Amino acid sequence: MDQFTINLLFVGASFALYIGIAIWARAGSTSEFYAAGRGVHPVTNGMATAADWMSAASFISMAGLIAFTGYDNSSFLMGWTGGYVLLALLLAPYLRKFGKFTVSEFIGDRFYSPTARIVAVICLIVASTTYVIGQMTGVGVAFGRFLEVDNTTGLLIGAAVVFAYAVLGGMKGVTYTQVAQYVVLILAYTIPAIFISLQLTGNPIPALGLFGDHAASGEPLLAKLDAVVRELGFNEYTAHHADTLNMVLFTLSLMIGTAGLPHVIMRFFTVPKVSDARWSAGWALVFIALLYLTAPAVGAMARLNISEMMWPNGGIEGGAVTVQQIEGEARYDWMATWQKTGLLDWEDKNGDGAIQYYNDANADLQAMAAEKGWEGNELTKFNRDILVLANPEIANLPSWVIGLVAAGGLAAALSTAAGLLLAISSAVSHDLIKGSINPSISEKGELLSARIAMAVAIAVATYLGLNPPGFAAQTVALAFGLAAASIFPALMMGIFSTRINNTGAVAGMLAGLVVTLVYIFLHKGWFFIPDTNSFSDADPLLGTVKSTSFGAIGAAINFIVAYVVTGMTKPLPQEIKDLVQSVRVPRGAGSAQDH
Amino acid sequence: MSDNSSNSAYWSANVRIILISLVIWAIVSFGFGILLRPMLSGIAVGGTDLGFWFAQQGSIIVFLALIFNYAWRMNKLDREHGVDEE
Repeated sequence: MDQFTINLLFVGASFALYIGIAIWARAGSTSEFYAAGRGVHPVTNGMATAADWMSAASFISMAGLIAFTGYDNSSFLMGWTGGYVLLALLLAPYLRKFGKFTVSEFIGDRFYSPTARIVAVICLIVASTTYVIGQMTGVGVAFGRFLEVDNTTGLLIGAAVVFAYAVLGGMKGVTYTQVAQYVVLILAYTIPAIFISLQLTGNPIPALGLFGDHAASGEPLLAKLDAVVRELGFNEYTAHHADTLNMVLFTLSLMIGTAGLPHVIMRFFTVPKVSDARWSAGWALVFIALLYLTAPAVGAMARLNISEMMWPNGGIEGGAVTVQQIEGEARYDWMATWQKTGLLDWEDKNGDGAIQYYNDANADLQAMAAEKGWEGNELTKFNRDILVLANPEIANLPSWVIGLVAAGGLAAALSTAAGLLLAISSAVSHDLIKGSINPSISEKGELLSARIAMAVAIAVATYLGLNPPGFAAQTVALAFGLAAASIFPALMMGIFSTRINNTGAVAGMLAGLVVTLVYIFLHKGWFFIPDTNSFSDADPLLGTVKSTSFGAIGAAINFIVAYVVTGMTKPLPQEIKDLVQSVRVPRGAGSAQDH
Repeated sequence: MSDNSSNSAYWSANVRIILISLVIWAIVSFGFGILLRPMLSGIAVGGTDLGFWFAQQGSIIVFLALIFNYAWRMNKLDREHGVDEE
C-alpha cells in the first residue's frame, strides 16, 4: 500500500470516529449542544477544552517556528500555557458564578449597556476571524500534503471541508467528540516524537531526551545542535538573540490573549460548579502540557535531523548532499513529496551537483562560500509550517506514523476552525441580530443569518489565507493580541473593580481594539492585503515592538482609558455593585441559565 | 449569602492568594525564562543552562502547580468562610 492510500485511510478512519461518536452522544441528549460539558467530569472537560484550544498553530506550526529560531521562540511555549494561570485565577470561577453562556452577555450585563455588548461582539468577531485565517493556513498545508496537491488547491479543498464540518454544527458541542479528537491529536504528536527521541538520544520521553545526550556523539543533544548550526552560520539554538523587550511583550500578549479568547472562556461557563471551573482549568493545562512539553523536543530534534541530512558526511568538511542522492535515495523521498506543495524547494545554483544549505547572510560563511565556489544557500525554501508534518518522513518512520500525523494535524485544525466559526456565527445571529438589531427575528431567520455569517467568515479567511500575514502560529498570535487588547481587560475589570462603569468599559475596549488593529494593519497591510503596509516587523514603528507583541500594550491602553473615562462619568449604580459582589462568592451558583 | 464582613475577609484572602501566585507566575516565566536568564547561566542543565529549561519546560510545570494549588486552597477557603456551593 502506498503512502497516499495509508494517509487517506487514517484521515478517513478518524473522521468516521468523530461522526460516529457525535451520532451516538447526540442520541443520548440534544441539550449537550448548548451546555457542552455540563454534568461532565472536570478531567473529561479539561481534555475536551485542550482539543478545542490546540489548533493548527500549536500542532502544525509551533514546533517549526521553535526549530528554526531556537530559544527566542520560547515565547510561544510560555505564552500559550501561562495564559491558563490568568484564566484560572482571574476569570473562570467568577464567569461560572455569573451563569450565562456568552462573554458578550457578561459584558453587556456587568456594564449595564447594550452598546457594551455590541462592542464586545465586534471585538470577538475581529479576534476570531484573524484566528481562523491562521487555521486556514494550517489546513492548506495539511491538505496540500496529504492529497499531494499544491498549497492553494489544498487550502480551497480544506475550506470546503471546514465549512461542511462547521455546518454539521452540533458535532463541535459534543464533548466526547472533542475527547476523541484530543486522543487522535496527542497520539499523532507524541508517537513520532518518541520514535525520534529514541533514535537520537535513546530516551523514550522526548521532553527528557531534549536535555539528554546525543547517542551518536555522546555529547549533550543541545550542545551538539548548537555546534552543528553554528558551523552552518546560523544563530546558536540555545542562545538569546531576540530583542528582550519584544520577547517579554510577545509572551505577555499571548498569555493575556489566551485568557481573552471567547471560545476558550465559554467552556468554563457551563461546568457544573464554581469549584469545578477551577479544577477544569488545571486539567485542561495538564492535557495541553503533554503537547507543549513535547514540542520543544520535536523542534530541536528535527533541526538536528535536517541539518545532518543536508550535510550527511559529518558537517561541511564531508561535503553537501548531492542532487543525485536527493533524487535517488529513499530517505530523501520526503523532499520530492513536499516540493509538490510548493512549500519546500532547492536549486543547484552553482551547478556543482550538490545542495549547500547554510546561512548566506553570515560573513564567515560568505568568505567560506567564496573560497569553495558556493553561490548562496541552495535549500531555497523551507516553510516552517511543514516541519511537524514532514518530521516523521524526515526521520524515516513507518508509513502508519505518517498517516497518523496527517489525521492529527487535520483534527487540530478542523476542531478549532469549526469552533471559531460557530462562535462567530452565534455572535452575529444571537448577540448582534437577535440581541440588538431585530429582537423579533424568527428562529429560521436566526439560523439563516448564522449560516450566512459563517460562510462570509470562511470566505474572508480563505481569501486572506492564500496570502497569510505570517506562518500559521504567527497569524494566530495576532488574534491573541487583539483578544488581549479588547476582551480580557473588560472581563477582569468587570470582576475586580467596583468602580468601572459602562462608558469607561466601552471606551476602553474600543481604544484597545482600534489602536492594536491599526498597529497590526500598519505592519501587516490594511485588512491583511499584501503591500498596503507602511512598516514591517523587521523595522517596527515603535522601537523593537513587533505587531505580534502589541497586544500587551493595547491591553494597558484599554485599562488606562477605562479608568480615566470612568473618573469623568457617572458612578456605578448600586445594583451593579451588588452584581459584582455576588459574582465574587461561589455560593448560590445554580446551573447556567439560557436567556 | 453570608454577612458582608465575612465576604470581604473572604475576598481579601482570595486576592492575597492570587497576588502571590501571579508573582511566582511572573518570576518563572518573565524572570527565570527571559530577564534573569543571564544570572542562571552558571547552572548547567543538559548541554545548556537553567534559564533555557525554565523557558521551554520549567515554567509550564510551575504553571500547572500554581493552578492546582489555587483550586485546592480556594475550595478550602470557600468552606471556611461558608460560601461554598451547598
